[in-house]
Amino acid sequence: MSKDRSEEIRRFDGPLRGQALFAIVFLVASALLLSQLGNETKWAKGTQFFAQPRFWPAVSVIGMVLFGGLHLWKLPRRGFERVDVVEWKIWFFAIEYVIWFLAYVMLVPKLGYLPMTIVLMLTLCYRLGYRSRMMLGSAVLVALAVVVVFKSFLSVKIPGGAIYEYLPDALRSFFILNF
Amino acid sequence: MDLILSSLEILARWDVMIALLVGSIGGVLIGAIPGVGPAVAIAILLPATFSLDPIVGLTVLLGIYGSSMYGGSIPAILINTPGTAVNALTTYDGYPMTTRGEARRALSLAYSSSFFGGVFSVICLVLFAPVLAKIAPMFGSREIFLAALLGIILVVVAHRGQSLIAAALACFGIFLHTVGLEPVKYSKRFTFEQSWLSSGVDLIVVVLGLFAISQAIFLLQGQDEKIRMTKLRGGLFQGMRELARHPRVATASASLGVVMGMIPGVGEFTAQFLSYTYAQRTSERPDDFGKGASEGLIAAETSNNAVPAAAMVPLLALGIPGEALTAMMLSVFYVHNVVPGPQLFQNDMDFVVALYLALLILNVLVLIFLLFATNQLIKVVKIPNRFLGASILTLSFVGVYSLRNSFTDCLIAACFGIFGFVLKRLNLPAVPIVLGMVLGGIMEVKLRAGMARVKTPFDFIDRPVAMILFIMILGVLILHFRYVWQQRKLLKEAKWQAKHKSTSFAAQMSRRKDYLLMERGKRLREKRSKYAPRLTDKNSPR
Repeated sequence: MSKDRSEEIRRFDGPLRGQALFAIVFLVASALLLSQLGNETKWAKGTQFFAQPRFWPAVSVIGMVLFGGLHLWKLPRRGFERVDVVEWKIWFFAIEYVIWFLAYVMLVPKLGYLPMTIVLMLTLCYRLGYRSRMMLGSAVLVALAVVVVFKSFLSVKIPGGAIYEYLPDALRSFFILNF
Repeated sequence: MDLILSSLEILARWDVMIALLVGSIGGVLIGAIPGVGPAVAIAILLPATFSLDPIVGLTVLLGIYGSSMYGGSIPAILINTPGTAVNALTTYDGYPMTTRGEARRALSLAYSSSFFGGVFSVICLVLFAPVLAKIAPMFGSREIFLAALLGIILVVVAHRGQSLIAAALACFGIFLHTVGLEPVKYSKRFTFEQSWLSSGVDLIVVVLGLFAISQAIFLLQGQDEKIRMTKLRGGLFQGMRELARHPRVATASASLGVVMGMIPGVGEFTAQFLSYTYAQRTSERPDDFGKGASEGLIAAETSNNAVPAAAMVPLLALGIPGEALTAMMLSVFYVHNVVPGPQLFQNDMDFVVALYLALLILNVLVLIFLLFATNQLIKVVKIPNRFLGASILTLSFVGVYSLRNSFTDCLIAACFGIFGFVLKRLNLPAVPIVLGMVLGGIMEVKLRAGMARVKTPFDFIDRPVAMILFIMILGVLILHFRYVWQQRKLLKEAKWQAKHKSTSFAAQMSRRKDYLLMERGKRLREKRSKYAPRLTDKNSPR
């Protein structure tokens, strides 16, 4: 690390770990989008410059490249160190919760909103290390409250689970509408 | 008077009253839980409010927005952790009061100051509404474009020390808005031949990803904190009396909150900072600030609660949101075909005043609720962080999936969740993305309409309001570049000082030697050796 940069590092607003990779990825992605500007937007003949369909995508993508590049250039440290690797691992492991979320999204239309929400809250709490009866009970209560408030009272558009088709006639429509 | 009566008529419905009650109490609860915040709550509730009447939906969201800061002061004072980001300054003087055993006094003062700030701003704006109704029609396409541009520039420059990445992220927001089918020429933009991109990227999906899912991941990846709660002693009604002893600080802070709230992109942080600095400079005991000064607490809480009502001004009068929460509320207007802007002020003034009166009522409701329920409310602070994360993840599903029952939306939201999580880890702002999306759309439409009637570039700013806005843009840019230049100079000075202090001893010795060998240096050495001869100098007289 250059000695000249120590003052900039001290004055940098926020943690320095991971900044370089983020700035590089942002700049590369912006440059790729800029390279596709001609293919992905059209120039309409006989239309004013500011009303061109290409105008605002061009402004935004050029802005991303310009400011993203300047941000990378002004970073006090552009190289990678051990702390950066630790940070990347944290970013990578966050994907686990995205998988939980997407699995939940996929299973709700099949297994139903109420059962899946209870299952998600219980298993996620178990995964997080909450094993006491109080915490697991709270998880079930939260799941129940979410479903009752949003689906039963506010009637948000969430489809009834396919599994409800196996319920007796009297219960089926009630469950499809409310849970 | 007729206007106020017709506005009260709009509010006099049982569903509006329930919405007010739910919004205000829910907002306090959300604010009191560190790690949730109004942005997460509003993002989750947004799609649920689409099925409600505009006034009902907006009242719930306004309730959360206006009351969350009341709740946010509770953990800020009791455990030194701000419930919402804007309560950070409350910890400076609130927590030291708690450590002195004056937690009740601090809470009472915070509630009273918040109440004063909230009510003051609403009264100011109700009185100011007729003036606004006269000014708003002066805003045509060009003026609204310039106001939106000013808003986006202010949002960028407000992120001091991060303005480059804030600008890049604002441009990213504008880019996201342009994806999909262009509405005038019907040409596809950045769809990469993917049908799911043709309809564009939904603002709510992005907001939910950036604010709710990212926060859930952030909490799930973190650790639960052990919280030690202080027992509350004393009365909660003493705050009003104490507030009355500092009318100057309270009024100045509330006024600053109103003014700063009206300027897009500035918001609570600047209002608080200015109020706190003013209170400290004009105080008889400035050294007490940061150690439990009641004036500091008044300044922080009054100014941040004066902002929500004022922040509704650019949104309602011009259709320009100044920050993320009002940007989210804008989508409620759009869903119900209520177009905020000059026409709303001209044609539906009673609707505008009804919203302000709703804010006034919710301030009263919140104060009553807090005076009687604080002892029970402080228990929510103890909810473990990771459990909250799991709950937010579950709630995020409702927000995204109920929009169109689309797995793709959830996937996009999850991607923005990861992106928002990375931004949070790096302490980078997500707000410019949301404002870029909203203001980018406004700028595109208004620039196209404005330029259609313009022959030369100067014609664009030949109207008085447009000229004022243009001068303001130039002024903001000049001030920002001056600040950047000063920072650069300071950095250079600091570097120079650091270098001479200890970093390079050999280089310093070398420079000293060069200096002494110079003609002037020689004379100086000769002079010094005359009065203070060195022991090692053989020629010196003894």
